[in-house]
Parts: sequence; C-alpha cells; structure tokens
Amino acid sequence: MRITVASGKGGTGKTTVATSLALAIGQGVFLDADVEEPDAHIFLKPKFEKEHPISILVPRVDYTKCDFCGECQKACAYNAIAVVPGKVMIFDEVCKGCGTCKLACPQQAIYEVPRQIGIVNEGKSNEIKFFEGKLAVGEATTTYLIRELKKFAEGAELVIIDAPPGTSCPMLEAAKNADFVLLVAEPTPFGIYDLKLSIQALKAMGAKMGLVINKFGLGDTTVEQIAADERVPIFMKIPFKRKLAMAYSKGVPLVEAEPEYEPQFIEMFQKIKELVEEGER
Amino acid sequence: MTAAVKELTILSGKGGTGKTTLAGAFAVLAERKVIADLDVDAPDLHIILQPKILQEKEFYGMEKARIELDECISCGLCLETCRFDAISPNYVVDENFCEGCRACTFVCPTNAIKMVKHVAGRWFISETRYGPMVHGQLGVAEENSGKLVTVIRTQAKFTAQKEGYPLILLDGPPGIGCPVISSLTGVKYALVVAEPTQSGMHDLGRLFDLFEHFDVQAYLVVNKYDLNPEVTAEIERFAYDRGVRPVGRIPFDEAVVEALVNAKPVIEYCDCPAGEAIKKIWERMVEEMEL
Repeated sequence: MRITVASGKGGTGKTTVATSLALAIGQGVFLDADVEEPDAHIFLKPKFEKEHPISILVPRVDYTKCDFCGECQKACAYNAIAVVPGKVMIFDEVCKGCGTCKLACPQQAIYEVPRQIGIVNEGKSNEIKFFEGKLAVGEATTTYLIRELKKFAEGAELVIIDAPPGTSCPMLEAAKNADFVLLVAEPTPFGIYDLKLSIQALKAMGAKMGLVINKFGLGDTTVEQIAADERVPIFMKIPFKRKLAMAYSKGVPLVEAEPEYEPQFIEMFQKIKELVEEGER
Repeated sequence: MTAAVKELTILSGKGGTGKTTLAGAFAVLAERKVIADLDVDAPDLHIILQPKILQEKEFYGMEKARIELDECISCGLCLETCRFDAISPNYVVDENFCEGCRACTFVCPTNAIKMVKHVAGRWFISETRYGPMVHGQLGVAEENSGKLVTVIRTQAKFTAQKEGYPLILLDGPPGIGCPVISSLTGVKYALVVAEPTQSGMHDLGRLFDLFEHFDVQAYLVVNKYDLNPEVTAEIERFAYDRGVRPVGRIPFDEAVVEALVNAKPVIEYCDCPAGEAIKKIWERMVEEMEL
C-alpha cells in the first residue's frame, strides 16, 4: 500500500504528519519526495548508507555526421538547441531529456550522455527504510527526480511518501498510483484556498483522500465544511500549540513530543487500510 | 528617460514561513510600486489584498499530445518512446504528465498523434487599494509554472514602466526549482523569510546557492524568531557568512494569524509587535535598495 502525504500550501505540517505516521507504524519504506527541500530526515534521523546519483540523458552531437540541417532545433520543444553555422549549441539546463532531437535527426548524428540532476540518499531509521530525493541546485527537473525516487520503493508492501507542496506536476507525480492521499491543511484562508486546489487536482486523478487538520483552533470551521462538501473524511485534528511549534523547531517528531498521539496515528492508519481495501473489493 | 525598475523577490525555500504575510505588509508600506504574485501554483496574496480584476488573460502551456484512436494500430512505439510515462497501455495520453516534447509524434507509423493547444492557466491585471497588481493561477495539475512566472513578471515590468514606478514587489514561489529560478533571473534584490527551525536552516543553504548562482543581493528576515532564539542566531550567522544580510526579526504574534483569518494585511489589522517589526524591516529595505 502506498500512502502519499500532501498539501497545497507549504508549511502546513505535511512532514510532521508523514514522519509521525511512519514512526507510529515503525516499518515500511519512507520516501521524501519534497526533492527541492527534503526535510523528513531531520525527524526520522536515518543512518545514511548509500548515495545514488540520478541522471537524465542529454544530447551530444557527432560532428562527423552532422550537416547542420537544423532539424534538431526545430524538434526541440524547450528551445534547448540552437544550430549556427559550424556548431550545434545545446543548453543542458533547459533540456528535459525527452530524446526528441535524436529521433528528429536525419543523419543519426545525435547521441546521448547522462547528466546528473540530483541524488537519492538511502538510509535506515530503525526498521524504516528511508530514501530521499535531492534535486541539485539550479535544476528544474523536479518531476523526473520524483519518478526515479519512487522506483526505489517498487515492490514494497507499505510506502509512505512525503510529497512536495503545491498542486502542480511534482505533487501529482508523488501522488500518482498512490492507494491513498492524506491531505494536511491548516484552517487559515491561505490553507483553505490551497486545500480546495489540491482536492480538485487529486479528484481529477481519482485519488482516495483523507484529511488531517493541523494548527486546529487557529482560524474558523471553513476547512471542516470543505471536507464535508467534498466528502473527504477528517482523521485527526492537531491543535495549535506553542509547545508543538517548539518541538518542531528542534526537529523532535510529534509522536515523540506528545506520545499520546501515537495511538491516534495507528488508528488513522487502520482507517486508511480499511478504506483502501473497501475500494479493492 | 526611464530609471531601471528595481525588483524585490520575497522567497522562503521552505513553504509556510510567512512570505505572503510579509509581502502583503510591504504592499501596504511601499509607495509607487507594482505588486506581483509569482506563486502561480498556490497563489494566496490576492486573499489579503483583494484585487479588482481589470483584465483576464489565458496562458497557453506546452501543447499536449493526443492519440486519434481510430488511426492507432496499437504498435506500442509511442509507449516505449515516451520518457515521461504519459501514455497509458490503452493509448490515452495523460495530460497531467505529457510534457509536450513530441517524441511520440516522431515514432508513430500512422501519424495518429496530434499536438493540441492547451490552456494551462489564467493571469490577471488588477487594481488593489495599494496599487496595481499582476497575478495568475495555473490550472490544477499543470506544469510550466516557470513560464507563467515569466509572463507575470514581464507584465509587472511593463506596468511599472508605464506608471513610472521604481519598484516591483514579487511574492515568490516556494522551493528552489523551476518557478523559483524564473522568479530570480535578472532580479537585483531578494528577501528571504526563514523560521528558526531545523528544517528552515537546512533549506536555506540551498536557496543561498541559488542567489550565488544568479548573483542576487539577498537579505534575511527571521519570522517567529522567539520560538528558538538560538537557532535564530545560528541562521543569521550562517546567512551573514554567505553574503546574505540579516535585516530584522519578527516575533511570534497571534495577531498575524488573526489578521490572516480576517483576510487583512497585518499592518492594517492592528498595532502589534509583529507589525512594528515589519515596519522597521521595510525602512531598512528602503535604505538598502536606495528607493
């Protein structure tokens, strides 16, 4: 079973919920897919064992074959190639590694070389297998790295994915093929607006969803109203407390700062399991 | 003769540290400026500034592939070729994942794949009580937020030049990826809003690398600094060593959340400690940017 923990807005408590869920269960595979800002390791404190470089394939030109016809430039949807007399300029930073230029070249003058765009760190936090994607600074291929990260959990029985914030491709890639998406939202106007966007995006994908309200008691009850309207069950309400904010600031997981949450996370996990199994029947 | 318009991008790396709260407050404090929300994925600034939309425009993203099933012979070549896993085994293109690269159209033996235009979002030219604002909303499940960020920045610049305003306030996207890069290229000043947390500290280093990469003069504000004064000092030292100048601290203040819940800029909501701190930070930024 794959559970993706997501939220539209950043800083609502995604990582707090994802790491505490993993700690409460105490096993499985944890993927930190917030590859631009992976933070889950701060709470799970894994022992890192291995570093896997992740690359995309970018084009290079065999000048013994190239006749500068310009077909590659025309074929590139990302303006990553410019053909000038006697030279083919390739802008690696904007290349998405789609391979179209190679297909378009009538002379078969294009070959591909790997270019590293990030890494996947592998480690272990007690019985939890931990992987985090980390995009190299200045790189834009966020979605690709998430896709590669997910491959490290193939075949695992239980996978918890900490998604990047937002409602666009990277978040959806983290949620793609998940059996369940656990949303985390805060009851403020920003949080509510962004929650609506995420529910819209995930519904379009046909994802099963549940909601955790974090910083509960802060704002108003609109967030509960939205959950009711959208038929997204609310599993847990974590109150807004200075003590919790301080634990977070020190990198202490919620279930360690307040152990009474542990059974709540287990109970939530049971409910998720039931909902997923219900769908399969 | 037009003096160069100065752009200030407000960023945070990690989400939820108070970027938009600060941008909203600056929008009240700054004079003669254009405001732009570059978090097109999950824009929030309009919630507190309540713009009146004057013009609405469509944003075209990458064209998407579409397979005409009556011409498709199910040969599987497109499936094999697509590096974005965007084609399902029953030959339907998932628009969420198609990046418009056209590789599939090159291999299809029956020319069954067409590229179709695709509206990926909308953007708006608006008026607020605090001046002109440009903002956008990417459709759900869309990529290319970097491109929409560029469109909005171009319009903001155009408006600033037309009005003769010297400043553009840019509320940036979270992260360090494509849209953040688009919100920084060619920008002279950036202000980072950080929280004194282990996560915040960890994310900042990556954002600072980006500032170096793009040669941006950056400044640091620590929000909710009193939650962890030790880490605050640590973050400020770290920033200073990386050429990012600390320009102020904002205390943890429930009034900030109350203002937010009432959808008002914190500066206008009440005379509170956080508001006072933000005013001082803005004065400092005016000096730094020589406005």
